Amino acid sequence: MLIRTKVNGEWREADVWAGSSLLYLLREEMQLPGSKNACEQGECGSCSVWLDGELVCSCLVLAAQAQEREVRTVEGLADHDELHPVQEAFLEAGAVQCGFCTPGLIVAVTDLLEHDPSPAEPVVREALSGNLCRCTGYAKILDAVSLAAARMREGKA
Amino acid sequence: MGDTRVRERTRGGIGEDVARIDGLPKSKGAFAYASDLWADGMLWGHTLRSPHPHARIRSIEISAAVASPGVHAVLTAEDVPGKKTYGLEFADQPVLAWDRVRYVGEPVAIVAAEHPELARRAAARIVVDYEVLPAVTDMKEALEPDAPKVMEFGNVLRHVRIVHGDPDADADVWVEGYYETGMQDQAPLGPEAGLAVPAEDGGIDVYVATQWLHVDRQQMAPCLGLPMEKVRVYLAGVGGAFGAREDVSMQIHASMLALHTGKPVKMSYGRAESFLGHVHRHPSRIWMRHGATRDGRLVNIRARLLLDGGAYASSSTAVTGNASTFACGPYEVPNALIEGTGVYTNNPPCGAMRGFGAVQACFAYEAQMDKLAAVLGIDPIELRLKNALSTGSVFPTGQVIDGTAPVREVIERCAAIPLPPEEPTGPATRDPITVPGGAQNVGHGEGLKRGVGFAAGYKNTAFSEGFDDSSEAWVRLSAGPAGPLVEIRSAAAEVGQGVYTILTQIARSELGVERVILDPSDTNIGSAGSSSASRQTMMSGGAVQLACGAVREALFERVRAREASSDPAGELRLEAGQVLESELPLGPIERFLDEPIEETRVFHHRPTEPIDERGQGAIHVSFAFAAERAVVEVDEDLGLVRVIQIAAAQDVGSALNPRSVEGQIEGGTAQGLGLALMEELQVVDGRIRNASFTDYLIPTILDMPPVVSVLVEEPEPGVPYGAKGVGELSTIVAGAAVAAALRNATGRELNRIPVKPDDLVGLAEPPTSSGPPAAPDVPGPRSVPEYFGLGAGQMEILANDADDA
Ligand code: FES
Ligand code: FES
Repeated sequence: MLIRTKVNGEWREADVWAGSSLLYLLREEMQLPGSKNACEQGECGSCSVWLDGELVCSCLVLAAQAQEREVRTVEGLADHDELHPVQEAFLEAGAVQCGFCTPGLIVAVTDLLEHDPSPAEPVVREALSGNLCRCTGYAKILDAVSLAAARMREGKA
Repeated sequence: MGDTRVRERTRGGIGEDVARIDGLPKSKGAFAYASDLWADGMLWGHTLRSPHPHARIRSIEISAAVASPGVHAVLTAEDVPGKKTYGLEFADQPVLAWDRVRYVGEPVAIVAAEHPELARRAAARIVVDYEVLPAVTDMKEALEPDAPKVMEFGNVLRHVRIVHGDPDADADVWVEGYYETGMQDQAPLGPEAGLAVPAEDGGIDVYVATQWLHVDRQQMAPCLGLPMEKVRVYLAGVGGAFGAREDVSMQIHASMLALHTGKPVKMSYGRAESFLGHVHRHPSRIWMRHGATRDGRLVNIRARLLLDGGAYASSSTAVTGNASTFACGPYEVPNALIEGTGVYTNNPPCGAMRGFGAVQACFAYEAQMDKLAAVLGIDPIELRLKNALSTGSVFPTGQVIDGTAPVREVIERCAAIPLPPEEPTGPATRDPITVPGGAQNVGHGEGLKRGVGFAAGYKNTAFSEGFDDSSEAWVRLSAGPAGPLVEIRSAAAEVGQGVYTILTQIARSELGVERVILDPSDTNIGSAGSSSASRQTMMSGGAVQLACGAVREALFERVRAREASSDPAGELRLEAGQVLESELPLGPIERFLDEPIEETRVFHHRPTEPIDERGQGAIHVSFAFAAERAVVEVDEDLGLVRVIQIAAAQDVGSALNPRSVEGQIEGGTAQGLGLALMEELQVVDGRIRNASFTDYLIPTILDMPPVVSVLVEEPEPGVPYGAKGVGELSTIVAGAAVAAALRNATGRELNRIPVKPDDLVGLAEPPTSSGPPAAPDVPGPRSVPEYFGLGAGQMEILANDADDA
């Protein structure tokens, strides 16, 4: 079936099998493999994207559900070479090891900070509890969130 | 020129918190992991796997699958072009099963189709006629004489016997214990994946996520019936490894399909298949007796270890060796008898996972130390300090520690980390998210008990028992458009641990040049050995250091030849892009680089010895030690646990990138905590019942406490920069420390990890044992397949490399 969707600000079309997920559409049909497939069950958050501004696991959304709607992915965060503050913070804090969880976490953290610019630590933990990371033990990810939050508040001030 | 000024240091060298060189693309979603690869006209591969733990294959009918839409190939064992088996240590594993399947999940047939769903559907139309055979799925039963045989030669893979001092020596006090550990999974987030592209020369180019390119190739080429040089393996982005990528998964299958169809073939496992498609941590059963004097000196240790290797050898030989040689922990003991057995069963194959045999042993010996402390009425930390190894101590294998061994320091420094403050208990006294069970809002802070547990442990760095896992590196220094440039080539696999960054830091420090680039890792250079055994910083770091040293010498020769004014006795040095003589600048490095300089070097660690009939020998290269303390809170009504804090002190030799070392400690701790509290593959009658992230739980950000870590730096003599391997230790001690804290909180035995809620509330009885199995009859201390002349896996790489040289 033919899907028309606006991805990172650009209208795109692709012909997919009706059972395909939004994750498959992005990764395999639209050359946007930044969103990762690590479970296809909604358990790991590696595939996190925004659908009409709402954070979703794209593995749990059918491609067809994105018909005529707007999708924002990790690839849409950096402005060319200018990284988003959350991306910068992940690099600086050492929150990236293998990096497989990183795109999903960066999307989830960005979403959190867009809604809550100064989240307390329990709130951060709760918000990121659906994003699995097998490498870091999460300590440096928490550091990255604080760093990004501070930077984003400064940026807005 | 010639004046003394405060000069710049080369930035980004060793000892600094340098940011990862692959961090930028990883944060942008632009880093190409193996599962992201794509080629024009590419097909998707899929694997059909055995549903039985043990069965005879009567026939395989593929015609319906071949006729399925979009299908380009359906291949079975008959289509394997060369050798039909492969394996890391022994080639005992069929590329595709013929005649017999030995575990649930064993590959039987492979399909290539135009869409992954078409490939899956076609595979479902393959009809395999199985005759189900009796299976052996219990590691102790596997040693009984009438047990079904997994291999023709029986079920014993290896039996190690270590005799130290007088094993009959008596002691004032004895404590005894029986311990079990479950089957843990590495669960790297990136699935097994790769792309095989047929080449014009009849060979194949394979892009894959692996830990060791050359050992993959060395197993792939014979099976594909190709000479080594026609199999070129390139490292694709690796989404974590932890041992799961030491063995071949889809490499040979995708190559067969690509060679057969003449098209690129991609294979990427889903999560459920990933759980079937790689080896796991060996489940273990361990019996220990510790004898000590009344004042707390260890006198004698008896240890009997049993490890379930599953259906194929993988690296079980080495894991059995490690678990056995480490069985007494980081303590001095004058007498010991240790016997360790690795067995074949019809369970999923087990092999490498972070900690590699040391994890299981540590859980048991640290529980024993606590028991002994309780019986003697000595503080558990004091008991450990009293018996701690140090330089000059002798292991039960007779090996003398000649490197650094700051065991006392790691114990003392860990114990000195401040405990977290007490928190109020009782209903509505604090945010529910901070009580065990957290956001599930099941408990409200009633019946909470706090416990503190301590564990120390150790492990070797690099491969053991006579194995020369050398590493090669090529370094080129040239004048680039923006100043001097260093280029490094190494086959070391970056699996997330940060080896690429370390290699560039080493080059900066050695050559005084900030611009360093790293070529992609592939088999066009000599082997770098595996990204495992905490060895890459030492081995590939050592190779880069050697190659840089050779480049520097060549550069200095040029400098001396050209600079008439140069004082032959003056000492030359490179720093921040300058050549310095006796600390005075002679000029920028690129002035001497009209021709680039290139050098290749191979780093070998010092030789080790095979283990002998009495388990004796200097079998390991170097040792690192760690201690962790866990503070937990247990809800005694609901069996829920919250880990409040982990304190860690680790012997790192010297920290080349302190932040990355901390990252290893934190990540490794999470995996140890996972093993203690939640991570277990539920294998029932040979079947994994929880092959998903819904049912196999790994720690989330809500499960992880703050990890307060201290790096103990005592440089190790004879290794590059004195740096010890840092990847595995925290996993080894974290599980034991958390289990000890749970015992402390509940007063229960908790002799099996993972500890389950039922264990904590007393609904489940602790496992007991009717006693250890008798020692099996084996031809010698090496692995049994060797005595039967089974083709070696890794061992062949040495022979081949020797032929090439
Ligand atoms: S891939 Fe979507 S949540 Fe794991
Ligand atoms: S960095 Fe590897 S999974 Fe998070």
